[in-house]
Amino acid sequence: MDFNLTEDHQMLSDTLRRFLADNYDIETRGRAAYAAPYHAPEIWAGLAELGILGAFLTEDQGGFGGTAEDVRVIFEELGRGLCAEPVLGALMGLHLLSRAGRDDLAQAIIAGEGRIALAVYEPQVACDLKHIEARAQETADGWQLTGRKSAIYGAPGAQHLLIVAQTGQGQGLFLAAAPELIPAAMVDGGGVADLVMDDLPAECLSPDCADWIEAALDLGRVALCAEAVGAMDFLIDMTVDYLKQRKQFGRSIGSFQALQHRVVDMMVELEQCRSITISAAARFDGPDRGRQVSMAKNLIGRMGTRVAEEAIQLHGGIGMTWEYPGAHYAKRLIMIDHQLGDHNDHVLRLIASQPKAA
Amino acid sequence: MDLEFSPAEKAFRDEVRSFLSDHLPRQIADKVDAGKELTKEETLQWQAILHARGWAAPNWPVDYGGPGWDAVQRHIFAEECALHSAPRLPAFGLNMLGPVLLKFGTEDQRRAILPRILDGTDWWCQGYSEPGAGSDLASLKTRAIRDGGDYVVNGQKTWTTLGQHANKIFCLVRTSTEGKPQEGISFLLVDLDTPGVEMRPIRLIDGGHEVNEVFFTDARVPVENLVGEENQGWTIAKYLLTHERTNIAGVGFSARDLARFRKLSGQLRRDGRSIADNPVYSARAAEIEAELEALRITNLRMLANARDGAAEGAQSSLLKLKGTQIRQALQELYRSALGPHAAPEPDDLSDNERVVPAESARAAPVYFNHRKLSIFGGSNEIQRNIVAKELFRE
Ligand SMILES: Cc1cc2nc3c(=O)[nH]c(=O)nc-3n(C[C@H](O)[C@H](O)[C@H](O)COP(=O)(O)OP(=O)(O)OC[C@H]3O[C@@H](n4cnc5c(N)ncnc54)[C@H](O)[C@@H]3O)c2cc1C
Repeated sequence: MDFNLTEDHQMLSDTLRRFLADNYDIETRGRAAYAAPYHAPEIWAGLAELGILGAFLTEDQGGFGGTAEDVRVIFEELGRGLCAEPVLGALMGLHLLSRAGRDDLAQAIIAGEGRIALAVYEPQVACDLKHIEARAQETADGWQLTGRKSAIYGAPGAQHLLIVAQTGQGQGLFLAAAPELIPAAMVDGGGVADLVMDDLPAECLSPDCADWIEAALDLGRVALCAEAVGAMDFLIDMTVDYLKQRKQFGRSIGSFQALQHRVVDMMVELEQCRSITISAAARFDGPDRGRQVSMAKNLIGRMGTRVAEEAIQLHGGIGMTWEYPGAHYAKRLIMIDHQLGDHNDHVLRLIASQPKAA
Repeated sequence: MDLEFSPAEKAFRDEVRSFLSDHLPRQIADKVDAGKELTKEETLQWQAILHARGWAAPNWPVDYGGPGWDAVQRHIFAEECALHSAPRLPAFGLNMLGPVLLKFGTEDQRRAILPRILDGTDWWCQGYSEPGAGSDLASLKTRAIRDGGDYVVNGQKTWTTLGQHANKIFCLVRTSTEGKPQEGISFLLVDLDTPGVEMRPIRLIDGGHEVNEVFFTDARVPVENLVGEENQGWTIAKYLLTHERTNIAGVGFSARDLARFRKLSGQLRRDGRSIADNPVYSARAAEIEAELEALRITNLRMLANARDGAAEGAQSSLLKLKGTQIRQALQELYRSALGPHAAPEPDDLSDNERVVPAESARAAPVYFNHRKLSIFGGSNEIQRNIVAKELFRE
């Protein structure tokens, strides 16, 4: 048993933390995350230069990491720094490109030359691939896609889009060059887009690869859980600091036991969230991946929301303001639940995969 | 035991319902439903409609232009307005300053100020909180020092709701630093265009502009603008709070929000079934419905107590706590039902570009905005302190 980070991971974590602390303050984020292109290109370049994107692939694949633990370490720091850069799409996209043998494109993306996003879900599909309705058709001119994808994180401004569609053989994976999108800013910052496809030409990477796609999504879920742990950790620290410093009734409000207990409950949930995320990452390559990931995503979804709501409440009016960084951490924590299946979707996935009692 | 309204009260409810169906402009109710900010003009348009019917100031007596309703009628009116998605009228003049002047003001003040509140000429805002005085309101520092026929006011107020629409502010100011902090506070009316008064916007978590800061630098306010006696402000503030807390349970808002959720859940499909057929959502909605049903009765029990003249005690704290918890739970359920589409969607999409109904596009920002419910009007922790103080009194 050893829960310490390896030396390499510790270094990766420290480097990323320092990079964000030095280059990405809340004002920089505020300027970048809410208006097109919904991210900060110079920060993206910086992350690529640090090798953050390369850490998502194994050495065989042309990277220098590639495990779920790498993902956990990186995303926990992205969460702590409240980084709204579209790293999640790159993570899932790189994994799928490598599976499909498109190492050329993967290399370019690792180097920061072009971005990629993954278009899976649809207006009526939040978590379960079977219900995808978008169709791919092979014609004399190649493959064409029809249907609608929605809430594609990180898609605005991405040069490459991976798109999942039904082929008749199963769920296939397609690559398209920057099609026209309907972009929007997320309430917690960052860009998202919808895509309406009407015979959109695309390259087929595989006509039947639901297992690749689900694995990439599960890895994305581990990433989101780790991001939430980082954000929660930071937000709880901020809350404790604020309670110590804020005075009402002639004393610091942190001296009220009623409030101390609330923070303690937040801490307990943070440690639980950390543990379930460690577990999901460590067992990612085992037979229980889906259940582990769904447990993590369910717990994080519920507790991230509780911690965020409590943090706002304990700050009083200040916690309701745009100017206060904690408000943006709280928003991010809550909106993480809306990505790649929320706590309700994952509780259903857990029930469906529950081994039957003898 | 009789849980029903009397026949006369039911007839009154029918009258209110048909008035709302006939006169509430659809496009205004739609904006309320979608959680969009109303313009000042839209709010005043609705106020004018109610004013023409004599219903703009539900808790004012007939002599001053109110309808002269009892507590049960006021409750029915508030609930029906919420259920019909009527905009809330600016409460600071109608529900707060009005009752204060009726109780503590001079007849001159009433005759000068009340008609202008009623017809929307004046929009008042509330200057209580300060950066250093939130829950501990009595520690407020904004000074008003008597100089001839004026008070000279210096200091800062904050969280001033809809101050951007207002031309007047009622303030708690410090007129004495002797004795207990509560004993040196006065209730002062200030024109916002007085030289030395400056308002700046505060942006909230959802990006909206709903609150402001107000700065006072040597602002001269005539002594006639004092309400009640000098240093009597705390008594007035406490009296005003009891009015701030009418309709505190917000049962009508919750009933509307539950109905909105049920409507949405029939419209949205997710992973092979409608949200309405999704057991986790249905279970959660049913649980909240049970809590709301209980609160509806709790509210009526307390209303009957008030009608029968029982002391108010900690009841309004209980209603505020549970009422805000239920309203926030419904906001959470609604946001969560939209899943990945709680983005929010941009306003300028065409109907076939939209994934969620236009009225739901702002669900996430509206949810974040509603976190305020447990913070303002006496935070939920302060409400618990009030109840605890009563329970544990030696
Ligand atoms: C959207 C919004 C609109 C508002 N509109 C107005 C307005 O129009 N006019 C106006 O005057 N004010 C307004 N307010 C201010 C509101 O009344 C204050 O925010 C509220 O009183 C809390 O004060 P605070 O924000 O300073 O928090 P604090 O008092 O600093 O409280 C911080 C936290 O500590 C807790 N706490 C404080 N004391 C205790 C205690 N003794 N025991 C246990 N817990 C405690 C609080 O519950 C809270 O969780 C508004 C606030 C908001 C958010």
